[in-house]
Amino acid sequence: MSEEIDRQWTTRLRRKAAGKLPPEKLLPDTQSSYVASWIYVFGVATLAALGVVIGTGCILALRGPQWWHGSSYGHFVNSLHLWSVEVFMFAMVIHLWGKFAMAAWRGGRTLTWMTGVVLFLASVATSFTGYAIQSNFDSQWITTQAKDGINATGAGAYFNVLNFGQMMMWHIVLMPLVLVLLTGMHVLLVRMKGVVPPFEDDPTPTPDVARVTE
Amino acid sequence: MSRKSFRPDVDAPEWRGGYTPYDIIKEGTIALVVVATLVLILAVVFGSPDEKAITLKAWSNADPVDFATTAFSELNGTSTTATYGAPYNHGGPSQQIGPLQLEKWVGVRIPLNTAKDFVLDPLRALPNEPVLDADLVRYEKASSTTRASWLDAYAKATTTMKYRHGTVVVNATKAGPVPVMINELTTMARSGALDQDLVAGNDFYTTDYTESLLFLSDGQYLANVATEQHLAGNQWGMMNETGNYPGQAWLWLYAFWYQVAPFNSSGNGDALVWGTMMVLSLILLFVPFIPGLRSIPRKLRIYRLIWREHYRDSGRA
Repeated sequence: MSEEIDRQWTTRLRRKAAGKLPPEKLLPDTQSSYVASWIYVFGVATLAALGVVIGTGCILALRGPQWWHGSSYGHFVNSLHLWSVEVFMFAMVIHLWGKFAMAAWRGGRTLTWMTGVVLFLASVATSFTGYAIQSNFDSQWITTQAKDGINATGAGAYFNVLNFGQMMMWHIVLMPLVLVLLTGMHVLLVRMKGVVPPFEDDPTPTPDVARVTE
Repeated sequence: MSRKSFRPDVDAPEWRGGYTPYDIIKEGTIALVVVATLVLILAVVFGSPDEKAITLKAWSNADPVDFATTAFSELNGTSTTATYGAPYNHGGPSQQIGPLQLEKWVGVRIPLNTAKDFVLDPLRALPNEPVLDADLVRYEKASSTTRASWLDAYAKATTTMKYRHGTVVVNATKAGPVPVMINELTTMARSGALDQDLVAGNDFYTTDYTESLLFLSDGQYLANVATEQHLAGNQWGMMNETGNYPGQAWLWLYAFWYQVAPFNSSGNGDALVWGTMMVLSLILLFVPFIPGLRSIPRKLRIYRLIWREHYRDSGRA
């Protein structure tokens, strides 16, 4: 009986998951003392902004794609959605370059870096599909200009930016699914591997360190 | 791992230092509240743009000559869409990057015949138009040589085209039925019927605006409005949006290439820009594996600012 349970896929998966990500790693109550910089704010800010993007997007989805053109409340929700995207992308870019400056792929964190870069690129694509489905002059101009670039890659034959319905499905179903799954994977990798430690101190300390040492 | 094999840009030292209290739930909650408040303030103060979409009706009423000229270019196969190539038709050369002709290889997947889809079919849909119907039959039954001579005669007259008293006026007496067809299509567009015909096609329900948008973008009117709104390609194009809004600022590098040679002068400009962006994206993705590039952070030493407290404390220790 016990051996049979040990061989079960469910048992194996649970044990593996618990081994890789025990509760104290998943929901930690301490962190390494080097995690003390303003740059770390932008990771959690990106996550928070993503939450606001999804929340405001859901309100827009409740009333349909044309609602916001004829309702002042709808227009306000659209403004919230727009600015949450702007904050999301801003925070993400700062987070990305901050992680680059830390060489955050070190110590077995390559996959964390790569999921982050793919997340950035997927976010750009998701934002673009959002601009494409505004159903106003901006979306007319943006899509008719963007089609040439996308067609040049051959992708335009299957990803037709002039097809409102197709872009709508990409924006509210496919891309959010990709973003949420990738974000989940990225955050779990951060929790599993931890925040990358500082470079080992080099033999040429900065004046600041030298002053302290003196 | 032994010290000997330690690679500073690949490996990380094991942390043996101290730990500080960390409330991840509280941090997340505070971040959400701060970001939501910031977004609320930005939305209240700046709002969001919503410039009304341009319909074919609005275009043909605002600039009927531009509309009629564009409609004729769709009929004689000289418009941007008619000469585009894949994925719409075989009307023009596809873009390529060196030997890579991705556009051509994928082929015509969204087939469009601008004369048929943008001009002849919509005109056929007009009810109770016996003169037009007769002219359409005459046009379709004419030999290709006769049709070409009509189109050529009309093309020469387009430079002096005018719109007076609800009619497209051209001095093209040898253009056969073409003047009637273009005038009727302009009248149809000004009534709003062409918008509906191009969008709805043969179906009641539809969400595909491909034909309307391609027709609209073949004219000058859309581009003129976009230029007034600082949205033209040489004004950093689609990364902007109407009004003083940040738009898709994250596309700055993509938009940048369109401002410089050879991208802004090559017939393969779009393919070259996309090829360049794909290569740069792959480099960013694979930075951890690229010697030299992965050393940049260590050599830049910006990390000394980020972890300045750590280095200060370790120096003190």
